[in-house]
Amino acid sequence: MPAADHRLTTLEMAQFVTDGYLRFDALIPYDLNRRLRKELTQLARRKAGMESTFEAALPQTGTPLSECYPDGNAIREFLDLPSVAGIIKSLVGTDPVFDHDWVHYLRGNTQHEQHLHVDAVIDTIDPTFDIQLFYFPHDVEPGAGGTRFVPGSHLRHVRAEGVGRYQHIVGDQRFEGPAGTLMAFHHGLWHAGQKNHSDRDRIMYKLRLNPREPQVRLWNTDDFDEVHNDYRDHTFAHPRRDSVAEVLRRTQSWHGEDGRYEQMQHARLWRYLTGDDNYDVDYYLTRLEARAEMLSADNA
Amino acid sequence: MIRQQILYLWLGGGALDTGVVAWAFHDGSNGEGPSLPVEEPPYRSGVAAMRDGWFLLQSPRSVAPKPGEEHYTNYLNHEFIFERRIEVTGDGSLQ
Repeated sequence: MPAADHRLTTLEMAQFVTDGYLRFDALIPYDLNRRLRKELTQLARRKAGMESTFEAALPQTGTPLSECYPDGNAIREFLDLPSVAGIIKSLVGTDPVFDHDWVHYLRGNTQHEQHLHVDAVIDTIDPTFDIQLFYFPHDVEPGAGGTRFVPGSHLRHVRAEGVGRYQHIVGDQRFEGPAGTLMAFHHGLWHAGQKNHSDRDRIMYKLRLNPREPQVRLWNTDDFDEVHNDYRDHTFAHPRRDSVAEVLRRTQSWHGEDGRYEQMQHARLWRYLTGDDNYDVDYYLTRLEARAEMLSADNA
Repeated sequence: MIRQQILYLWLGGGALDTGVVAWAFHDGSNGEGPSLPVEEPPYRSGVAAMRDGWFLLQSPRSVAPKPGEEHYTNYLNHEFIFERRIEVTGDGSLQ
């Protein structure tokens, strides 16, 4: 459940770090979904160079989000919803940069599907991240073109199209869910558009946002001291069952023997998000750093 | 005439009898040969595929990580490629 001020909780942030996404079913109210369906259809036509009733200026890349889409637009109302604004603020801060958006308009009975991919160039090792919001303004039934995505894939250092050979991954998902559902993806999450076997057109609005400030403790930290563990929280020694580590040590079955390396990436990202350089999950980083420190002292 | 079916199995570990974590199927018989399920792994392991008549074409060798990359992850490491040869009746000029 979101915190009282609509920002995310510490454990929700930990879930984002582990899975690479958060999902909020039916978050957007019915009436706004209805208006967004119309507005996004017109925005899609405008972006495609077709005749359109969408008249507002299209935001340019690099614009602060607060300056994108004027009052009176349903997209503006969507972005200003406290629940949406709270999610954005928790992950990429106050007034992030508009990178780009797109309306993925998938006609009924579309047989084309994308290969699995990662958007843009992301193969850096710094822990900062963009988010991509995926919003579905109407119900999406199974097989009706819901986006395919791979939980736990976001921290892998791969090229954008380098994962296209994976037709099926154990645990991958194809979105299905109620109107108004919003998902927030880490920019590295592997995903792909799917065939739409239904008779109904499918609309999905995607918005990429860049942070303009360090993404450190931007969420609601009321529960932070209670759940943030220290390095001694070790699954083979004295594990807590109520801590952030319990979330971050969760891996996907498709990780196979790489699970512990994924845990190390989770811990690294949590260090960045919390500013705690000593944070660890199951002692992997701390053990290595103690060796390095010992050798360094020995050579001094 | 003979056409290939190719099956990629990515396993959770380097041993051929470890579990399937991902897969891809490419059918050179254009549907004349047997198909595979898509909603769940077609086989439990690489060995299970061999027992169903798939022939191993390539298995991955273990590669030491580059210095500085020991603890990062990227692509699926354990990629095994299998083939099955199918007798087809078409003229081979597949669409």
